[in-house]
Amino acid sequence: MSIGHAQQTRPADEPGASALSGTGAAGQPVVELTDVSKAYRTGRTELLALDKVSLSVRAGEFACIIGASGCGKSTLLSLVAGLDKPSAGRVDTTGRRVALMFQEPALFPWLTAGRNVELALQARGVPREERRARTAELLETVRLTGFRDKRPHELSGGMRQRVALARALAHDADVLLMDEPFGALDAMTRDLLHDELERICAERTLTVLFVTHNVREAARLGDRVIVLSSRPGRVIGEYPVPRTGPRRIDSAEVAQMAATLTDRLREEMGRHGH
Amino acid sequence: MATDQALHGLDRLELSPLSGQESLLARLGRRTWAGTWPKLLAVALVLGAWELFYLSNYHGDTADHLVAGPVTGVQNLWDQLVHGQLVAAIGTTMERGVIGYGLSVLVGAVVGAVVSRVPPLRAAVGSIITGLTTMPSIAWFPFAIILFGLSNSAILFVIILGSAPSIANGLIAGVDYTPPLLLRAGKMMGLRGFALYRYLILPASLPSFVAGMKQGWAFAWRSLMAGELVVQVAGSLSLGVLLAGDQEQLDLTSAISVMIVILIIGVVVDGLFTKADVAIRNRRGLIDAAAGS
Repeated sequence: MSIGHAQQTRPADEPGASALSGTGAAGQPVVELTDVSKAYRTGRTELLALDKVSLSVRAGEFACIIGASGCGKSTLLSLVAGLDKPSAGRVDTTGRRVALMFQEPALFPWLTAGRNVELALQARGVPREERRARTAELLETVRLTGFRDKRPHELSGGMRQRVALARALAHDADVLLMDEPFGALDAMTRDLLHDELERICAERTLTVLFVTHNVREAARLGDRVIVLSSRPGRVIGEYPVPRTGPRRIDSAEVAQMAATLTDRLREEMGRHGH
Repeated sequence: MATDQALHGLDRLELSPLSGQESLLARLGRRTWAGTWPKLLAVALVLGAWELFYLSNYHGDTADHLVAGPVTGVQNLWDQLVHGQLVAAIGTTMERGVIGYGLSVLVGAVVGAVVSRVPPLRAAVGSIITGLTTMPSIAWFPFAIILFGLSNSAILFVIILGSAPSIANGLIAGVDYTPPLLLRAGKMMGLRGFALYRYLILPASLPSFVAGMKQGWAFAWRSLMAGELVVQVAGSLSLGVLLAGDQEQLDLTSAISVMIVILIIGVVVDGLFTKADVAIRNRRGLIDAAAGS
């Protein structure tokens, strides 16, 4: 039972010539969107959520997408995850396994933390004997070994989100899609989880597409930050973030990048002001 | 690793204290008392009202022999339990109740599961089920008696018609209210078809299903009592038969004894459902711990 397979595959010899390919990270493009549009019909009006979005994410890259409200960030991830189909254009995940993490942990409240993770393995057909060991290993990865038998409501928000991360990792995905996963957490917890996420991604060589509306978070985590316009969502800017060493949310280069991104977003919001 | 330690520290801080200072015995005692006193108060209120009714002499002196006070009443109940046929009658009635209700749960669960999964059935059968829940079960008896005669089957038939719709409705509502986010998460995990139903939709709808079962029991119990009064199966001794006999013999005291038994059974079973409901919601963190229940 595999999940999130590519809807369309492109021939291997075709060059991955996206106008907006990343510069920071090496590796083959693993997620490619070509002129992707998505329209929703609500009653008589048609809402264009995404308008001809083209972008590509390379293997091992940590790409952040930011934008103000109504930029279709979540729509974009749903399309990449295969939960939804684009109205036009192509979404290509080059046959990679894709896992999606939501803003809410979305854990099953009747299952313990351990069983929540195990169910993801079970759905993939992992045999029972193997599941226990894999679950323990995944909980260890998110530093929750002692909390296997706790139910979600007995855990804090940050811990729940880590269980959700362990569950997403249980998919053995190459590509991790994250939809504002730390949006509902307090700043201190979020900081620690940034470090944790960075460590886990490095350990597992994950490719990440991370959606947020927090410019500092984007500057802190991303190898590259993609800015979307609002209503409809279009790519209006791309900012590679140079990696000079370990980053912190309060380091100068992050603050500088955040300022640049904020300016760009304000400019875009101003466009809707009149 | 510094991050690691900070994270562990934060985890500890954010978890609510797991056990209070109170000893287990003291907590058990407090809980038992908290659960018991309202019931004792209720019994006292009922006995008090009964005594007042008796003292008011509402029926006049001539009817004195008809109306007994609570002391005589409780004595009568005891006598019937120890020497009379009350225990046998309770046995027959409970047997019917358990069988009838068991069948209702079976029918309700199957119908609910099928209807909630098949959209065309949903529209048609859904409204029939809602219609059935509003139908007073006693109105089914002429139909049942014509079909089955004065038999156990007639009573069981009416119990099932009375309570299965509530149970089916509970399950359907639970399926409808499965949070969409959990459905997305389940699909992302690769849960599909039967697995989706078994691991996500059914557990998610359990609280609503139990609520439906609780309501179903109330309907089943009412249908059963109505049935035993209307359908007197030859040679069987049930609570309904005893109650009808008391009516014929103008034995108000005995009638009250039987009614008390009926009330107690209803309340006890209802209490069991409430317990199950609280346990389920507790497991899912749906009960505010601070509010204390």
